[in-house]
Amino acid sequence: MRLQRSRKVPDWHEYLACRRESTEHAILADFFAGADLSPDLPISEAPLMALDLETTGLDPRKAEIVSIGLVPFSLSRIHLPKRRYWVVRPHRVLEPASVTLHHITHADIQGAPRIEEVLPEVLEIMTGHLPVVHYRRIERPFLGVAAHSTWGEELSFPVIDTMSLEARIHRQSLVARFNRWIGRPPASIRLHDSRLRYGLPHYHGHHAVIDSLATAELLQAQIAGHYSPDTPISLLWS
Amino acid sequence: MQAELLEISQHLGRYPPFEGLPEALLDEVAAQVQVSYFKAGTPILELDAENHEFCYIRSGAVEVTRRNGGLYDRLGEGDIFGHFGLMRNHRVRFPAQAMEDTLIYFIPEAMFHRLCDLDEDFADFVEVDRPRLESAVESRKRENDMLATRVRKLVTFTPLLVKANASVQQAACQIRDAQRSAVLVLDEPGDRPRYTVEDEEGKLWQVIGILTDSDFRTRVVAEGLSPDTAVSEIVERKLIAIQSDESVQEAMLCMLSNNIHHLPVMQRRSPVGILHLSDVVRHETQSSLYLVNSIFHQTSVESLAQLAPDVHTAVIRMVHDGADSHMIGMALSAIGRSFMRRLLELAEEELGPPPVAYCFMALGSIARNEQTVVTDQDNALVLSDDFDPALHDDYFKLMAQRVSDGLAACGYAYCKGDIMATNPRWRQPLSVWQRYFSEWIEQPSAEGLLHSSIFFDLDPVQGEDSLVEALQDLVSSKAPQHPRFLAAMARNALGRKPPLGFFRTFVMEKDGKHNNSINLKRRGTAPMVDLIRVHALACGSRAQNSFERLDDIDRTQLLASGVSDQLRYAMEFLSMSRIRHQVIDLENEQEPDNNIEPENVTSEERHHLKDAFQTLSNAQKFLKFRYPMTR
Repeated sequence: MRLQRSRKVPDWHEYLACRRESTEHAILADFFAGADLSPDLPISEAPLMALDLETTGLDPRKAEIVSIGLVPFSLSRIHLPKRRYWVVRPHRVLEPASVTLHHITHADIQGAPRIEEVLPEVLEIMTGHLPVVHYRRIERPFLGVAAHSTWGEELSFPVIDTMSLEARIHRQSLVARFNRWIGRPPASIRLHDSRLRYGLPHYHGHHAVIDSLATAELLQAQIAGHYSPDTPISLLWS
Repeated sequence: MQAELLEISQHLGRYPPFEGLPEALLDEVAAQVQVSYFKAGTPILELDAENHEFCYIRSGAVEVTRRNGGLYDRLGEGDIFGHFGLMRNHRVRFPAQAMEDTLIYFIPEAMFHRLCDLDEDFADFVEVDRPRLESAVESRKRENDMLATRVRKLVTFTPLLVKANASVQQAACQIRDAQRSAVLVLDEPGDRPRYTVEDEEGKLWQVIGILTDSDFRTRVVAEGLSPDTAVSEIVERKLIAIQSDESVQEAMLCMLSNNIHHLPVMQRRSPVGILHLSDVVRHETQSSLYLVNSIFHQTSVESLAQLAPDVHTAVIRMVHDGADSHMIGMALSAIGRSFMRRLLELAEEELGPPPVAYCFMALGSIARNEQTVVTDQDNALVLSDDFDPALHDDYFKLMAQRVSDGLAACGYAYCKGDIMATNPRWRQPLSVWQRYFSEWIEQPSAEGLLHSSIFFDLDPVQGEDSLVEALQDLVSSKAPQHPRFLAAMARNALGRKPPLGFFRTFVMEKDGKHNNSINLKRRGTAPMVDLIRVHALACGSRAQNSFERLDDIDRTQLLASGVSDQLRYAMEFLSMSRIRHQVIDLENEQEPDNNIEPENVTSEERHHLKDAFQTLSNAQKFLKFRYPMTR
């Protein structure tokens, strides 16, 4: 039993149509056009794209992207052979503390392109797909900042965030609220812990492709467990 | 290799049929994997759907069913399914559904064919060319041909070493302290040293010779030399050594032809041990031939009984040497017969010569030459028709008692069904035995034959062989003429059915129930033996051994072509598994039994056992159809 709280979701159609008109760059125009999916589209028919970024920190104003992973998928199949992966050379020097976080080393980034060189290709590949991330407060704002430095334009787009789906299921349900009321700690909604609840295997994290794969698997499991193939994407995106 | 695929390739590499693949090929597979999640209860492959992939279970569990809905298999992490359709019409032959929440890796058809082409083991596993059970048995056989015991197996200690400038007393102390009988002597390396040793500091030394116990007697004490004499003064600068991969027999020949008792064993250029003649002798005495020989040298039941542990040692040795079930069954039966013969000889010595001719008859596994270490005694006495119970039975009763008690003392338990020569019913003249067999065959009832099927495996052990041979003649000539007898035997042969296979750490039954262990005799070898026996009786075979019976069956049209080979492979695999698990028990100093616990079954073995059970199950179905009950 779930309590459907009214979620604040932007009017994506309006935003995307407006941006499509106003942008001066063909790549962005295509991207906005492709992202403008019908809100009623059943999730089973949606072209999905798992997206994961590894960054030097959590604050998009200070930290930078060091790698990007993309894995296209649908509700029935994750197309791992079509995965894409980029290592990106940040503008600032890598700090040892962040290396332990993302496992990208100085040697890896040597000779790697800047985000401004990579982003057009990334967006091109994402075009026409609904991005799926775990924790949207990383992927979307970081790409926004990157777009700003590439084109001087703002960039946002609808995403399905498996972490917020997990929060809806495990933090906002009546059972979850009862548990909180009696003082039980809330269920962890981190990627790994969420996966365990669906019997998904343990992956060694921190590779953008593996985390994308892990996110795609988690969404398939969430839909199978708590939604249906007919669920419209507008109930899932944010 | 792309790091992100390690997650996938490493998982694949832990399970057959991927485990043997070269890394590059494994990476290629990982690069083509597509993934999908299935909630418990949802279908993965639907019957007759078009399919161009096969499936690998990354996590979870899958139930595979037959066309008719019956359970075909349950699979867990690391198992594959869905590949049968790829070899035929690209339609799903066995539908599959998730039993638990399951993550599947889909691998495309092209990769499947590439793996079959490039990797023989993979092709064998998915049964492209031939049943995988056959491949397994054949490849084990191939390995065995190369597997004579190597010298290195006999080497237990690294060799003692002494520098040439040490005194003989120091060398003697070193030998004493280590409780050995020889030491290798080291010196500065010459120009081209043949054998070398590197010490802790990385300095190279040359092995120049060996000093043995007897050298201290002949070269030091007898010569009146002082204990301070340097080792270098007495050591003979000549070293006869053997490479560790030579056979034990080679080592023995080397010692005998050079008249030495110590033989340094080298791995290429460095010494790994010193073999003593007694090591070789000890090794040889564990062989079954030696055991048979020593049985005939014992003069009492007590001393025979002391040989019982050697039977176990001989079996362990044979399994490690890679013998097949046929060889082991033959050897154990030969040992069992030797005990009987020797006990009969001792009985005759005690009781005097027999008043009339007799033949001591072996029944069951020993008559089939298929004995294992877990066995009881099944025997009988066939006496000449001159036998007069009033005059002669006291003698044979005592003889039977001596043999039976003796066998029990030697580790062959009394027969629970009382099928022993001590039972007067089974201590009868030939004419009575002929009547027994005629009744069994001509007026059969399944119930009546239930406990007498063991009599249809019969072989002479000692005495007048022709008495038992007459019974074998009777059986082989009468049995084929009596369909009702064959039907009754067939019905009994269908009484015990094999399980479906294994799932995780359980034995999986056909109705989906799980058990913790399986009696491999009751559920595998025994029904297989029963089944082969029925066909053998039907074709008038006089053979007793199951493999030889299959040879006879092959000469007829009784079974479709290829079936007897399948039965042979299944029989061999079931028997060998049973023996291997008994050896595991013996090595763990536990009472060996016929049970195997799924947790002791390797992933490869469980696949083969499943195939063997399947073969048996199919053969049972055919048996039912071939020998219908007639009114």
